[in-house]
Amino acid sequence: MGGHLNINHLMFLGQGALWTIGLSVIALIGGGIVGFVIALARISPLKSVRIASAVYVQLIQGTPLLVILFLGYFGFAAIGLKVSPLAAAGASLTLYVAAYLGEIWRGCIESVPKPQWEAAEGLALSRTQRMMKVILPQAIRIATPPTVGFMVQIIKNTSLASVVGFVELMRSGQIVNNSLFEPFAIYAIIAVTYFAMCYPLSLFSQKLEKRMGRGRSNLAPA
Amino acid sequence: MSIQLDFPAVLERWPSFLAGAVLTLELAFFATVLGALIGTLAAVGRGSRSAAIAGACKFYVEAIRNTPLLVQIFLVYFGLASLGLKLSAFTVAVAALTINVGAYTAEIMRAGFEAIPRGQIEAAEGLALSRLQIYWHIILLPAIEKVYPALTSQFVLLMLASSVCSQISAEELTAVANYIQSDTYRAFETYIIVAVLYIILSLVMRAGFWGLGLVLFPRRRRLGTPL
Repeated sequence: MGGHLNINHLMFLGQGALWTIGLSVIALIGGGIVGFVIALARISPLKSVRIASAVYVQLIQGTPLLVILFLGYFGFAAIGLKVSPLAAAGASLTLYVAAYLGEIWRGCIESVPKPQWEAAEGLALSRTQRMMKVILPQAIRIATPPTVGFMVQIIKNTSLASVVGFVELMRSGQIVNNSLFEPFAIYAIIAVTYFAMCYPLSLFSQKLEKRMGRGRSNLAPA
Repeated sequence: MSIQLDFPAVLERWPSFLAGAVLTLELAFFATVLGALIGTLAAVGRGSRSAAIAGACKFYVEAIRNTPLLVQIFLVYFGLASLGLKLSAFTVAVAALTINVGAYTAEIMRAGFEAIPRGQIEAAEGLALSRLQIYWHIILLPAIEKVYPALTSQFVLLMLASSVCSQISAEELTAVANYIQSDTYRAFETYIIVAVLYIILSLVMRAGFWGLGLVLFPRRRRLGTPL
């Protein structure tokens, strides 16, 4: 109809793929920072902080990402701010990723054996010292495989940013399709590209998990 | 900088919202039932002695789990169309969601199968149970009982993910929202209402699964602990 898939189209898709990676990195860093605060807030000694963070997690986890993206997109406009699709998508993904990473990391922090907390307390370490020097270094080890696994989710979820007009891999595929109208071939290329980005991470996560399993069985109490 | 929100203007469209929410639940219901079936078959298939069947099931699971749902929906939508099949957006949405959730279910069920102690199967063999009986009573049912919480949260996630079907104009909740916001120019209010509706739907689903779990797994209820 409008010609054939040529090198220019593929270059355009490649550019989209780079933006998918860029948006994923933004979401991972932003969501990681906020998520870390959420994880700490979920186990805070203050009840009000615990409840507030639990409500945040419940609200985000009960809402589809697509709706959160629309809320971000139109929310900035509603308060009179003009932001780019990248900023709107980045902010929405950050809030979304934070709720999930926060929950994953809370689980990891809580799975550090109880005696470690008690021993740290017995050594008269302050709460901050206990966290930074005893609990977190162990929690990070436990948290690595699920976090790498969740990065796959982040990459896949950035595809929804196409709906609010951010030109990442999915959107660039739609644009190319609008001129060629070969949807099946183009979306198959898109799918393969996503797979090429996600599968290595999935495998890496599985490998880390297996290695962890070995390490932990050695540490099991007698 | 002032925010002026006008909820009544949007809320008067409540019959549309309700219809959208009902359709979302229908999508989720059909995809859950069919996906659970396909997923269980794929999990069984992955343990098959035939390398071809095991490989095909692994390929299915990995291909779906490593690509976005949005891409899958478009592939199913245009794929079926290029095969000359004219199906409603609802049917396509159910098909795509089923294929998607089937892969996740397969992975969860596989974890359940692996958690069945080898000794139980040997004991069943010792009691001369048939292969089918062993599969049903010793492997499948206890495995489902073990992974029930993981399965149900996957199904709630599926209901939320069904919002993506708005992109192929299946008239579910998010599609209704897209329509209403373009009609009223009250985008922010519309999506806040829709977000609240989704939260309610997910709470309803979780409560439903919890109740269903009490009925289906009395052993779990009696013990009062996860198995």
